[in-house]
Amino acid sequence: MNSKIISNIVRFIVLIFLQVLLLNNINFAGYINPYLYVLFILLFPFTGNQSLFLFLAFFMGLSIDIFEDSGGINAAACLVAAFIRPYLLRFSFGISYDHQNINLAATPFGAKLSYVFLMVIIHHFVLFSLEMFSPTHIILILKKTLFSSIFTVILVFLSLTLFSKKYR
Amino acid sequence: MQQIFNFLIRNKNSILFLILLAVSFFLTIQNHSFHKSKFISSANSVTGGVYAWANNIDTYLHLDEYNQRLLEENNKLRNIISNIHDSISVEKQLFEGDYLFRTARVINNNFAKTDNYLTLNRGKNSGIQQEYGVITSQGIVGIVDRVNDGYSRVISILNSRSRLNAQLNKTNHFGSLIWNGKDPNVVQLIDVPRQAPLKKGDTIITGGRSLIFPKGLPIGRIQDFSLDQTQSYYTINVKLFNDMTNIGYVYVIENVNKDEVKALQENEQ
Repeated sequence: MNSKIISNIVRFIVLIFLQVLLLNNINFAGYINPYLYVLFILLFPFTGNQSLFLFLAFFMGLSIDIFEDSGGINAAACLVAAFIRPYLLRFSFGISYDHQNINLAATPFGAKLSYVFLMVIIHHFVLFSLEMFSPTHIILILKKTLFSSIFTVILVFLSLTLFSKKYR
Repeated sequence: MQQIFNFLIRNKNSILFLILLAVSFFLTIQNHSFHKSKFISSANSVTGGVYAWANNIDTYLHLDEYNQRLLEENNKLRNIISNIHDSISVEKQLFEGDYLFRTARVINNNFAKTDNYLTLNRGKNSGIQQEYGVITSQGIVGIVDRVNDGYSRVISILNSRSRLNAQLNKTNHFGSLIWNGKDPNVVQLIDVPRQAPLKKGDTIITGGRSLIFPKGLPIGRIQDFSLDQTQSYYTINVKLFNDMTNIGYVYVIENVNKDEVKALQENEQ
């Protein structure tokens, strides 16, 4: 349990630094950036305290916002993603979520993909809607959401593969 | 009473979610209203320190380019000096009015969002205040909006809430410089009267109507132009001289007479 707390703290800090120092400066094709820090929300222990999880997600987003001068958009997006996570877990992993014994590395690829992709798309949609803050830019919002989501999902799967513990 | 408590405990996560969501919406809306974002900015010692540290490394990679820019600027200034032999008129040749220049380094630069900010490695301790202009040797960058002891935050001209006075170099027709959020190298000059003689490639400079920038700083060239819906004003696409994606060192401009002029204008009203 202790090592779980430490690994989450390390992940929290490393992801913030990685995001603000490296990933925010990619600007692929002008405006496409991956938001890899969602990984913290994706990997937070499924059995963990839900209130603490909401708080941590909020502070994760707020830290990014302070670095980026973007008000509270990342905080709001993280919060929504964290709040929705239990429902999405149930949707993607079905019955095994209720038994609380999911090991993300051992789940079928399809379920994992739907979980990660839905989380990322919801997070990005809230993020870009609040960034544009106007319904007239809906096409741009959807375009940014789609392309950045693809980029983020690819990076999430790369890091899951790179850093997964081998249980088999 | 018991039921209320039970209700609160049962729904504590939803309530917590709603409260935190309200906080983040509040911060977002604050950030979207010009000059009011008081709580959150990258001009604080933690984020400023991190950016300054990372930028120390990054600067080395661009030293050649910064040297080249300095040489070009020195060359320009030398040309001005060699053409006039009277030291008083050197200032006149550059700008009208009294302006004080300070140098600073850009330690964080955004240009891909719709509302972009820069962070500088100088703050109050170096004499920088709110509403000072920020330029490079090639063009304008933005206006200082938040300052703390060691760092300051600049509203980039690539920000949907930035609005600057600018005019044509040839005539005195002026308009407002805004950004539509699309291309970080192209900004828009709007509300230029139809009578203005426009040509592709004409230079756009800062107008003298603001107290922030001196008149006559170069901004960019006209890329193309069209009339707006009312058919009486031009909207002009301006290609910036500055490469906003690669800035490096900047000058922060202080208008020495600003308070006097402001006091005078308030008296008139």
